[in-house]
Parts: sequence; structure tokens; C-alpha cells
Amino acid sequence: MDSALIPEGVKRCSFGKFAIGIIIVGGVLLWGVYAMLLIWLKGLNQTNMNDFYGFALWIWADLGVIALGGGAFFTGFLRYIVGKDELKNIINYAVLIGFICYSSALLILAIDIGQPLRGWFIFWHANVHSMLTEVAFCLSCYFAVLTIEYIPLILENRQLNKVPFFHNLAHNMHEVMAIFAATGAFLSFFHQGSLGGVAGVLFGRPFAVREGIFIWPWTFFLFTWSAAAYGPCFTLFVTRLTEKITGKKLVKQNVIELLAKISGWTMGTYIIAKIIDTWYWASVTAPALGLNLIDFYSNNPFYGIWILVAEIVVCGIIPSAILLSPKGRSNSTLLFTALSLACIGVLINRWVMVLQVMAAPVMTFENWVMYIPSWQEVATTILPMAYGVILVMISFRYLPIFPQERELNP
Amino acid sequence: MKEEGKHKKAKKYGMVINLDECTGCGACMVACMAENNVPFREDESNKLDSIAWMRVYKLTNGKSYPDADICYLPRPCMHCEGDHGHSPCVSVCPATATDYSHETGIVSQIYTRCFGCRYCMGACPYHARYFNWWDPVWPEGTTKYLNPNVSPRMRGVVEKCSFCFHRYQLAMDKAYFEGRAELEEDEYQTSCTQACPAGAITFGDLNNPEHKVYQLAKPDNKHGGRPGNPNVFRLLERLGTNPKVYYISSREWVRRAGDNYLDNEDFAKNYRR
Repeated sequence: MDSALIPEGVKRCSFGKFAIGIIIVGGVLLWGVYAMLLIWLKGLNQTNMNDFYGFALWIWADLGVIALGGGAFFTGFLRYIVGKDELKNIINYAVLIGFICYSSALLILAIDIGQPLRGWFIFWHANVHSMLTEVAFCLSCYFAVLTIEYIPLILENRQLNKVPFFHNLAHNMHEVMAIFAATGAFLSFFHQGSLGGVAGVLFGRPFAVREGIFIWPWTFFLFTWSAAAYGPCFTLFVTRLTEKITGKKLVKQNVIELLAKISGWTMGTYIIAKIIDTWYWASVTAPALGLNLIDFYSNNPFYGIWILVAEIVVCGIIPSAILLSPKGRSNSTLLFTALSLACIGVLINRWVMVLQVMAAPVMTFENWVMYIPSWQEVATTILPMAYGVILVMISFRYLPIFPQERELNP
Repeated sequence: MKEEGKHKKAKKYGMVINLDECTGCGACMVACMAENNVPFREDESNKLDSIAWMRVYKLTNGKSYPDADICYLPRPCMHCEGDHGHSPCVSVCPATATDYSHETGIVSQIYTRCFGCRYCMGACPYHARYFNWWDPVWPEGTTKYLNPNVSPRMRGVVEKCSFCFHRYQLAMDKAYFEGRAELEEDEYQTSCTQACPAGAITFGDLNNPEHKVYQLAKPDNKHGGRPGNPNVFRLLERLGTNPKVYYISSREWVRRAGDNYLDNEDFAKNYRR
């Protein structure tokens, strides 16, 4: 039915099967849209946030998808700036995943504010001292860059590409893509960092606050570093997942292993920096404010020292060790385990830097406050995932995302 | 109008609350709510989402009878100065909807500019900032009793104690009309100060040695306003928020409860830092 739109030389499932998939995921998407409308119409009282939890599930989801979407900027940086040419075979998918992650982040932000119609105030009345201002500007600009990177891919659709203007536009955009990749990398280094800065500058919150250089707390650099390390892992994870679902090999093993190796190194060095940061914060910063490390991990039903071990050891040291080992990278099961752990690790990091910051008491006569999101919060967090799955399904079916697919699946 | 145009010395309005005198009656909370049109709901039992610009905490020393002791601690916004006006909440607001006035030392909140990101709430260690999760619903007839000098807030914005800033504006209007550029100490007082039956709250200019707040707190304004009176402390002094609300207590456990200290720390030595 839609065979004229499918790239030449590749096989796709029947349109009926594809449509059923879209309808199922579309149902989930509609559930999220319903929750989103409830929130926009009735207000944030639809959530389980409260005056202790001004930041909650959504901000975590925001930070999470932006970190996971970091594969786009870092793979682009490696491909166009460093010159790792093999990565051209995975860059399209990295851009698509990045586009989904960043558009999701912007959507979540639009849902998360109390007065959505005033969202533009962040640009109009910008406070240059606020990390959130920097986030808003860089995020919007980088999303524009990702859109520019995604457009030529759309124009390469079999039918669109027959139009000479679109064909030439796509070709010319590819020619200058290095400039956009460089711009994107520059913007990403900043907004990933400013997201780390959002927590690090909270000098009223001993769990979050960090020293740093000039206006930038250490979390600024750690967030950029971790996005560079873990973002490509998510790109590889989704690639592997797509391969499993479609039953096809889509990217050659040498490309996967190259990106995995680079991620391993970035993650390994990041974890060393993270350990130093944690050690300094636990032994110098927090005690100077009258608090011990264990104060942040006790007297509450959830946040134990296990979460620190899970983030640094289980989801940091172990996956980086696997990715750094040639045997680990080449073993499909080990590689998939490492990629999964890495994605969980960065999500744990973002969780503690948002939720645990809010949960931990600062005044001596207050207690830990726990939080469970409402279904509306959960639905609106799942909404961008459903949107992402649909966009991946459509893009994979109609666009030449994987240049090596034809060769690998003759 | 003879003082018109004369350079005025910057004020630093602040508060001293004597915890030895506070009985925990809550009159300050009630007065604040009435004065500032603070919205309330039919069910106010969930204190995590109910608004109280002034909240009275009950502190205990954790001991059993006969050594048990309690203390009530009223907590308004601390109007932190931080480092040269770099208070925790002001610096993070992305839309400049909250500001530190170097003229009065008051941290303002511009409700019509706030778009409800709640970053300031996350930044405030005192939980002095509140979000309007609902639109205010005033019971029938009560709108007649709303204060016309204070704008009610809409759903989706953050609000907090303003040190009854509208009273400062009214007092300044009156002074200006009378040809004065300076206010007398009693011309600008917050509603909680006036409502406290025990007289536990004192309000005034921390820069003015003639004001009672200055004499009680003896702030060292060259060193972040640290109190000179050994019985006076500020909440979470060590964070560097430089708050303008001081507390008096003759009881060491109460002063110690004002901040976090390591178990092996010499409290008497460190709390003055």
C-alpha cells in the first residue's frame, strides 16, 4: 500500500502490521494527551507535587531525556569535528533520537509550568544569573539545530527526493552539516552543563550544592561529561533494540564497537571525576555545613546508600569496564547489559539530583518528605515516549536512517 | 517637601523573634493571612500544599519528662541577602520575577511575571515559598474583607511573605506627602509584629542603630549581618543565605536547632562563625 514511500532495496513489515503498531502506541499517546489537557485546563493540582516538591517527576524526565539524547551532539561531534568517519552509519539515528529527546524535553517543560501562557517570559524577562535561563536559550537553539539536522533526512524520502528542489536542498544541507554539528556540540556543552548547574548552584540545598570554577559548579561539567558518556550508550541501546524488534542487522559491528569504546572511555573518566566529586562533597562541603554523608542516606524509607552504590558502581564502573574491554564490546549479551546499566545509571544520577535534593530536610526540625507521582504525571511522562516510538516507527519505515541496512540485509 | 531629593541611606528591614516569649498562639499566622489575602481551602489538613507565609513550627528537645522542653518558632520569609543580594531564590528565578531590593532589603515577588517554574521553591531551604496549586476561592461574602492594598494571586504562581511591603509603600506615601524622606520606626510595621500578643516579634531597620531590631540582634553588617548578641541566632546560618530574620533564645538546644552541626562539633565555638 505504501511501498512507493519505503526506501529502495529494504524490506519492511506489511502496512497492516505497521498500522496496528501505530494504533496501539497511539492509544498510549492519546492517554498522555488526555492527561496533558487535564493539567493545562485544571492546573498543576492534578499532580502530586507540593510545596516541598516544586521539582519532581517531570524535571527528572527532562534531565533524563536530555542526558540520553546527548548521543546526538556527542556522536555529531565525533563524526564531524573529530573525524570518526565510521560513525556516519549511526549518526542519522543519533540525530533522530536526539530530536525526539529534545522535543520531548520542551513539551514536558511546557506542561510543567504553572502559567503555560507565560512560558515566553523566560526569554523576554530573562535573568542572566539563572541557570534555567541558560537552559531555556540553549535548549531551544539546540532543538532548532537538531531540526535542521533532521530535515535533510526527511527530504531523502524516496518520493520527496524526486523533487529537484528537495533533492538539492538535502544535498546542500549535508554539505554544510559540519557547521551545524559544531554549533550543536557547542550549544550542548552549555545546556547539558547548565542543567547540572541548576542543582549545583542551590547553595541553600547541601545535597545539591557544589563548589566550582567562576559561576559554574562542578555539576556543570559533570552533567556535560555524563551526557557525552551515557548519551551514545542510549543511541546504541535503541539501535540494538530496533535490531531485535525488526530482526535485522542495521549497523555494522565495527561501528557499534567504536562508539561503545569511546563511550567506555568517556564513562570511565566521568566515573573517576564523579567519585572525586562525591568524595570532596562528602568530606569537605557537607561537613562544613554541619552534615555527614550518611545524613543524606538515612532516616527515610527510600534513599539509602544503595542508591549511591547503584549509580557509581553497578551502573557506572561495571558498564564502563565492559565497554572498555574488547571482549565485553564484542559479546552481544554483555554489550546490551552494559548499555542498559549505563542508561539506568544516568537516570539514577538525574533522579537524585532532582528528587533527593527536594526530599532531604535542611532545617533540623523538618523531616524527609517522600513523593509518589499522580497518574497524570506518569501519563504525561509516558506521552513523549509514545511519541518517540511513533516517530521512530515512521522514520524507520520511510526514511533511509541506516545507510548500511541494504548491505547487511541483501 | 524640604527633604525631597535628599539621599536616603539604604534600609535593611529585618525581624527579631524572641522564642522565649513566643507562646505558639498562631496570631501572627492569622494576621498575616488576613492582611495579605492569603488563599485557603476548605481542607487545609495537608500542610505540604497549604499556603502560610508565616508558619509556626513546634520544636522539641527530644527528651522525656522531666527534661522535655518545647519551643515554637515562627518562620516568615527570611528575605535573605546572600552575598550582596545574591539570595538563593532571587539568583535562580529565570524570569526576574523575584528581586532583592537594595533600598529596603526586601525580597519581592512579582506575581504577574512569575510563570510558575518553582525553581525558587527548590532553592529556598526554609520552605518559605508557596505555590498556588489552585485558584483562590473566597467563601461567599468574604471578598468584602480582602485587603485592597494587596493583589490576590492566581493559580500557577509562587507567593511568599513580603514583610507587608504594601505597608511600607503606604507609609512612604504618607511621609512623602508630609515632606519627609525617612520613616519613623513605628510607621512601618508588619501585621505579624502588631498581632503578636506576647510582643515576641520586633521589626525595623537593621542598618539603624536606633531601631530596636538593631539593638536586639546587634548585626555585624560588615560580616554578613552575623548577630553580635550571644543569644541570637539565624536559621541555617552556615549556608551563607544571610537571612534578615533573627531569633532570640536563652536555651542552647533551641539555638543549636537553628542549624546543622556534626555530632563531634563544638557548638559554642562554631555557631558564631
